[in-house]
Amino acid sequence: MWIYIVRRLLLSIPMLFVISIIVFGLANMMPGDAVTAMISPEAPGSDELSAIRRGQLGLDRPVIAQYSSWLGQVAQGNLGFSFITGDSVTSTIGARMSATIILMGTSLMFSIIVGVALGVVSALRQYSGTDYALTLFGFIGLSIPLFFLGLVLVYLFALRLDWFPTSGISPAGQPRTIMSVLHHLVLPGISLGLLRVALFMRYTRASVLEVLHADWVSTAESKGLKRRTVVAWHIVRNALGPVLTVIGLAIPVLVSGAIVIEQVFQWPGIGLLFINAVNQRDAPVLMGIVMLSAVVVIVANLLTDILYAWVDPRVRYD
Amino acid sequence: MTEPPLIDKAAGLDQMTHGDHAETNYSSESPGRLALRRFWRHRLARFGAILLATIVLAVLLSPIFIWHDPSTINLNQRGTGPSLQHPFGTDRTGRDVFARVLYGGRISLFVGVVTMALAAIVGITVGAISGFFGRWVDATLMRVVDIVLTFPALVIIIALVAVLGPGVRSTIIALSLLRWPQIARIVRGEFLRLREADFVLAAENAGASPRVIITRHLLPNVIGPVTVALTLLMADAILLEAALSFLGLGIQVPDPSWGNMLQDAQSINVLENLPWMWIFPGVFIMATVLTINFVGDGLRDALDPRSGHG
Amino acid sequence: MMLSTPAVAMAEDQAVPLLQLKDLHIRFESPEHTIHAVSGISLSLDRGESLAIVGESGSGKTVATQSILGLLPQPPAVVQGEVLLDGTDLLLLDSEKLRKVRGSRIAVVFQDPMTSLNPVLDIARQMTEAARTHLGFSKRQATNRAADLLARVGIPDPKRRLSDHPHQFSGGQRQRICIAMALMCDPELLIADEPTTALDVTIQAQIMELVTNLKTDLDVAIMWITHDLGVAANLVERISVMYGGRIVESGKTSQVFSRPQHPYTAGLLASLPGVSRGRRLKAIPGHPLDARVVLDGCDFEPRCSLRTSKCIYERPELESTGDGAVACFESARIEEVT
Repeated sequence: MWIYIVRRLLLSIPMLFVISIIVFGLANMMPGDAVTAMISPEAPGSDELSAIRRGQLGLDRPVIAQYSSWLGQVAQGNLGFSFITGDSVTSTIGARMSATIILMGTSLMFSIIVGVALGVVSALRQYSGTDYALTLFGFIGLSIPLFFLGLVLVYLFALRLDWFPTSGISPAGQPRTIMSVLHHLVLPGISLGLLRVALFMRYTRASVLEVLHADWVSTAESKGLKRRTVVAWHIVRNALGPVLTVIGLAIPVLVSGAIVIEQVFQWPGIGLLFINAVNQRDAPVLMGIVMLSAVVVIVANLLTDILYAWVDPRVRYD
Repeated sequence: MTEPPLIDKAAGLDQMTHGDHAETNYSSESPGRLALRRFWRHRLARFGAILLATIVLAVLLSPIFIWHDPSTINLNQRGTGPSLQHPFGTDRTGRDVFARVLYGGRISLFVGVVTMALAAIVGITVGAISGFFGRWVDATLMRVVDIVLTFPALVIIIALVAVLGPGVRSTIIALSLLRWPQIARIVRGEFLRLREADFVLAAENAGASPRVIITRHLLPNVIGPVTVALTLLMADAILLEAALSFLGLGIQVPDPSWGNMLQDAQSINVLENLPWMWIFPGVFIMATVLTINFVGDGLRDALDPRSGHG
Repeated sequence: MMLSTPAVAMAEDQAVPLLQLKDLHIRFESPEHTIHAVSGISLSLDRGESLAIVGESGSGKTVATQSILGLLPQPPAVVQGEVLLDGTDLLLLDSEKLRKVRGSRIAVVFQDPMTSLNPVLDIARQMTEAARTHLGFSKRQATNRAADLLARVGIPDPKRRLSDHPHQFSGGQRQRICIAMALMCDPELLIADEPTTALDVTIQAQIMELVTNLKTDLDVAIMWITHDLGVAANLVERISVMYGGRIVESGKTSQVFSRPQHPYTAGLLASLPGVSRGRRLKAIPGHPLDARVVLDGCDFEPRCSLRTSKCIYERPELESTGDGAVACFESARIEEVT
């Protein structure tokens, strides 16, 4: 197993290398650069100013040179410095990291728990009214755009009912406390989670139905185990493998969703930083975030495979 | 990613033979007609197909029957609620929301259809080459697929759009660049499965060229799963376009698209006081994607009997 | 060796038999048709006794045993009659009380050892579940007992192998594990539902020998379901032969083998290699009855060489013939079937 993990990690290095070239290429092809965004072309003496600024930022060097110095820095954990603020990209992203992890983490937990539970209920009562209702809910959950759902929830629960705040992570000007963060987290968390509740529910249902009539379930029942035990250990436990794969595959989609939801709720995380970086043509920040997201996906895939081997001992990696 | 073990292989075979059985019962019918019948028996799919056709027709024929120009500003009618004159109300500059929703639909559907077509062309070609020739060709192409799938879609699409500049064309290019790998994987998988099938080996021994084997023997067998995947891909493309336009990076105003019409709702004032401005386009996105998903589910049951009912 | 086993009295003394089925009917109802799987079978089994229920697939033998455990989903199944365990009707118990019988007093070994163990749980977990639920064993107690039983059924190095998963064992070993698992709570009745069908012939023999030894050692009653009369020969004291959801003949093993009374039993014997030594093996002509069809007369009549017009219009009842029982009008002419 350890050999497998190490091998997978080694294999992802060339992959990350290719990805870094793509990312750098993209950032370089962007029309305009940080200087265009900083210095208005109408300003007097803007051309000279721009040239000086470009020199300071190293933007006048050949592309290959720019890339290799960037990559060298990245290898040391330094993602460069923001064109706009001059701050280190690593620390800029780091400062936003906690908000995004809170949002994505709670929303993922929420959707795994609710989605798997509903899927199990749906499968155990196949063809019942509950099953049909949940299936329909699943279709809707997979079809509603995240931002539209977010807007509807804000409209209903923040503006009309005033139960939750419309945006942000804590009241303006006040420090974050656990309670205030949780209070602000409810609407964006649900908006981001609903799609995956529907997704996980569908796959759990299919996966549970697959094993529902397996011989070992009859064996378990013939042993006189409690219904609870049979369902948890001989049905759901066996259905988890395929569901785990879907959860792993949902991570990239979750990252995409977080960008949109952070925008809707002005949640001060990496997604909001990303949109700002795009609008301000802040290439170092942009590249840093794209690289980070690719790393997150690679790690998530690896974790999924390891967990799969753990829930299903028949799977062997070598 | 490793593929889940094939525990349900036997079940799949069983279903396959059942499928064959059903076909012998109606042997006078062509496979296409049979699939159509199976599709039409699927109640959600039938409902979805009818509603989707209604939406598409309304959107395509809108120039004939709408009575307001979607971009005409009428400062005397700013932000009015739904009425007989303006069924979906008007926006902050007095433009008719009903007309804008129908016009916006043209762009959203166009993006969806073209993305689907491009992803199909690239995906089927790459998948077929990879699955047929195998070896290093396959290894190389699948590495490319892996890399593309490593990026969270919206992140890389946004980065691409930032390079290409916003607009319909770059939205389509970005979306199809990101989405073809899924199709390629399906085609490759089916090709690998069928590559050693008796009828393919027989054709090969009879001296058929790779081109003939691919087009005559292999491709017809992937139509089912690919059609299903493409349907879902189109739903996904419409959702991604909407998200992109909502973020201000997709279709640019004044051209209306369902996504950018919701952009205005980022202002609390519009969100709270002019709900018709964002609810109607939102509902149209949802209804379109929902009906496409219904149709996709029906197609899966009709064309791809090996896969379970999701 | 079974020939020398003393005959076990059928509830002649005061003792209540361990298991009694009285006029058991099972049918499956669906909007289109009703399937009569079991149509009124009665039998009884004493403590420590062994009985084989023999019949081809579709004869209702598996359904009958499932109903004993209350494992048939109702609906679509409709079960009527009595299933008495020690005098208590299991069909009248609520599901919680029935659950406490399953696995503790009655245990089952299923047909296919490749699928009847849960592939993702280790053997320890699967073996100890029942004892921990029914007997309140601690994890350690249960694990020790599991290791003892694994050793008893012939799994080498049982302590270590407990932490293995099913795919790490061979088919024969898995069936041994299933048998050990069934014995965890020291059941009074072990139902073996064709436990050797899915195995190689040599492994079959080993498993049968194992069960024979266990029966002597543990004094457990065994109900062995099989389609193979030959399997029953060396294993059990009595045999009931089922056809079309009814018992057509029952009796001591030795009797059934030496003097079959029903033409179906005689046909089964003639199709066995070894029994009809020197003669050509004969298959019974025709096919088992479609369970949706209800005949007025004898169910076996369409395939029977002794058939008379009476057999077509009237159903023979199971009647005692001293040592056993048979349901046939023409059993006097049984010599004609060879």
